[in-house]
Amino acid sequence: MFYREAGDFKTSYLSDSQTFPIRFDRFRYYAVLAVAFGVIPFLINDYWASAVFVPFLIYAIAAIGLNILTGYCGQVSLGTGGFMAVGAYSVYKLMTAFPDVNILIHVVLAGMITAAVGALFGLPSLRIKGFYLAVATLAAQFFLVWLFNKVPWFYNYSASGQISAPERTLFGVALTGPNTDASVKYLVCLGFVVVLAWVARNLTRGTVGRSWMAIRDMDIAAEIIGVNPLRAKLTAFAVSSFFVGIAGALFFAVYLGAVEVGEAFGIQKSFLILFMVIIGGLGSIFGSFAGAAFLVLLPVLLKNVLVGGLGWPTDLAAHLELMVVGALIIFFLIAEPHGLAQLWRIAKEKLRLWPFPH
Amino acid sequence: MNVMSNDPYTTADGRRIGGVLMEMKNITLRFGGVVAIKDISFDIREGEIRAIIGPNGAGKSSMLNVMSGFYTPTEGEVWFEGCPRPQMRPYQVARQGIARTFQNIALFQGMSTLDNIMTGRITRMNSNLLNQALWWGKAEAEETVHREAVEKIIDFLEIQHIRKTPVGRLPYGLQKRVELGRALAAEPRILLLDEPMAGMNVEEKEDMCRFILDVNDEFGTTIALIEHDMGVVMDLSDRVVVMDYGKKIGDGTPDEVRSNPEVIDAYLGVSHD
Repeated sequence: MFYREAGDFKTSYLSDSQTFPIRFDRFRYYAVLAVAFGVIPFLINDYWASAVFVPFLIYAIAAIGLNILTGYCGQVSLGTGGFMAVGAYSVYKLMTAFPDVNILIHVVLAGMITAAVGALFGLPSLRIKGFYLAVATLAAQFFLVWLFNKVPWFYNYSASGQISAPERTLFGVALTGPNTDASVKYLVCLGFVVVLAWVARNLTRGTVGRSWMAIRDMDIAAEIIGVNPLRAKLTAFAVSSFFVGIAGALFFAVYLGAVEVGEAFGIQKSFLILFMVIIGGLGSIFGSFAGAAFLVLLPVLLKNVLVGGLGWPTDLAAHLELMVVGALIIFFLIAEPHGLAQLWRIAKEKLRLWPFPH
Repeated sequence: MNVMSNDPYTTADGRRIGGVLMEMKNITLRFGGVVAIKDISFDIREGEIRAIIGPNGAGKSSMLNVMSGFYTPTEGEVWFEGCPRPQMRPYQVARQGIARTFQNIALFQGMSTLDNIMTGRITRMNSNLLNQALWWGKAEAEETVHREAVEKIIDFLEIQHIRKTPVGRLPYGLQKRVELGRALAAEPRILLLDEPMAGMNVEEKEDMCRFILDVNDEFGTTIALIEHDMGVVMDLSDRVVVMDYGKKIGDGTPDEVRSNPEVIDAYLGVSHD
């Protein structure tokens, strides 16, 4: 009843192809942005920032990145963790080599370096598809983690083999390092998320997005109508890795502060982000957010209920949490293979007619 | 009227047929030991509707694949607009102005009708990645310009009502129409149709015939088509190539082909007594 497109007329093709064509959607989106920028920063504390908001925002960036590659271009990748590591180590090397340059510029540059590395590891996709490509990207994952462990130059010859973010400031406010305020961490990540989600949306609704989806849906037909498969696949790898690299850079510099590569960017991370994309919905930006929220919030919720609410021992709760998350993933794959985004779409279809059945 | 000479002429229904647009010169296509096409030559003239017919397995689709650049002929050359075509990838052939549809619908199932047809214009879009990422400048302008062209095609094919529907949900006949639209969106010099009417009912076939004739008439697009419905082929086409077992057994106007004894043998069989 209150959610419908009737009466919402478009008079230009530009307004018809905008991100939120329905007015109600648009206002809802503005409201979310207003709360995210205007309310949450004042209420947030260390626990909420480090347990919920900051990981959610960073994983959302990584999930959008993987969704561009897997959901929009149809190229399966298990190298996400490795590419996040590239972003993290790039930003670390840049921060320590050029301490005077602003950290935000370093984060973007780290994304670009990751984009180049991703395009390089995307080259096999021109020859191989599906499972075989997944295995090839798995090689990227293991090779990159091995590389960052093995070559001391990457961690500046530190004795522990870890990298840790020095303090960097913007207008005198610490953005990285141990003294960073929770609300600052949150706002930095939020800023990146908003800009990158907007960029992802622009790319996927335009020419390059259509050529990605054409390759995904039927690569032979796509080539015959004029899509250059080399260009389409490599841009998908590059753009996807750009997003993943920025996520990795923020994960290290803003969120964790100190990182050991095998632990933070191992194969588990690749799978976690792939699960986010699948549960959230392949080929949907909203799905990337939904998937990230689901897999970040669920463990926190379970922990609070089991340990805080029922008073169970922590180790038992941690094991049960793994089982519940696993079971839910299987349940989702069977019940709604198109993910949370599809559930949301169905809900909107229903809302158009609500409360009338027909 | 001698249609075998290369002079331009006007058909009985007033369409102008120009000089040779595409010429297949001694095309042979082998897959290992299998010879799919054996030394076939024919030409397609500007503005005409050219049909390729033949029994199953005659090599018609292989021929269309050679024309659209999907296969490279083992021997022989494809001439386009008076020049031999160098070996190129299919997407480069598309950029030359050759568009096609497929025997089995090859639409992008996850995309809407509008996006499918917009993808057909990809050969004409050239804004860079940064512009598109920021939805600014050339990318935005380009989107509007091409959307207008696509809307014209949507009007022409009478598919306005399914503009935003994902094509996977459409019935078969409409999917075929969307596929024609996607090929038309490239504004091709020559349009290759692989069995545009396969599996359609009479009404859908009539619609499709009307669209093919209108495309030829209004846009002046040259059309080469493969079709099994003889009634359709004989009514639509200006000239017909007949293939059997990879060889050309007939070439000429529908009437000439119909009375060609070899063609009758291939289609009806001949008694060996």
